[in-house]
Amino acid sequence: MTTYDVLFTLAGAISTGAAVLAVSTKHLVHSALWLVVALASLSGCYLVLGAEFVALVQLLVYVGAIVVLVLFALMLTRAPIGRSRDHDTPLPQRAAALVVGAATAALLSAVLISAFGNDAITVRGGSTHVLASQIFGTWVWPFELLSALLLIALVAALALSRMPIGRRDDSEADAR
Amino acid sequence: MIHPVLPMLLVGILFGVGLYGVLARRNAVLVLIGVELMLAAAGLLFVTVGSLTADPLRAGQSMTVFIITIAAAEIAVALAVILAVFRARGNIDVSQRGSDD
Repeated sequence: MTTYDVLFTLAGAISTGAAVLAVSTKHLVHSALWLVVALASLSGCYLVLGAEFVALVQLLVYVGAIVVLVLFALMLTRAPIGRSRDHDTPLPQRAAALVVGAATAALLSAVLISAFGNDAITVRGGSTHVLASQIFGTWVWPFELLSALLLIALVAALALSRMPIGRRDDSEADAR
Repeated sequence: MIHPVLPMLLVGILFGVGLYGVLARRNAVLVLIGVELMLAAAGLLFVTVGSLTADPLRAGQSMTVFIITIAAAEIAVALAVILAVFRARGNIDVSQRGSDD
């Protein structure tokens, strides 16, 4: 066990526990809050792997923006506060989902572990300076394409939220 | 020095947990939380492979930054769709059948 191993195990254990709670808690709002913990400790994992820029982007975008959006959506859809069982599927389907999820996790981990072996490898995260010159050099066209994608997503979200949709019974009541 | 077993195990576990969340939840926003966990697992795999192999172009870290951006765009549109569905149906239960007409 090296120092990297210990730190990664710590952050990874927190991330795993929080992720499990996020998909299994009975409180709707707690689910989004556990997602914050899972993604924040995942950015700790990125730090251990030497990717400090990715860790900071993860914190800013995921924890700062995405989870806030999720919380907004939960409140706008009148999520019940407190324990509720309405948002879980029936027990047989959850058992099947557990089997599928565990099987996928086992398959994925087995394939990846057998591909990389278990010899300790030096972490070469590299500096943010190199990453910046690569993003704005080698990867500049995908980067520009992404800015177009963000603009399209912004316009699409705006158009969707302004679509004239009412409850079907309301519009029928209006028609009469 | 790090043993590659640990990050790979975390990738598998996060993806499995996310898949369970997608399959076992009925609220559409909670399904999205599962999707986010699966995307996070993909990003962790990119960063891990980028850090543990020779990566002069920094492809792993660049791809993870791109994935995070795509996830942000995806969740904005998906939440707009969910809100539109909520306005049309009054609930966001993905297991409930829509009416035929």
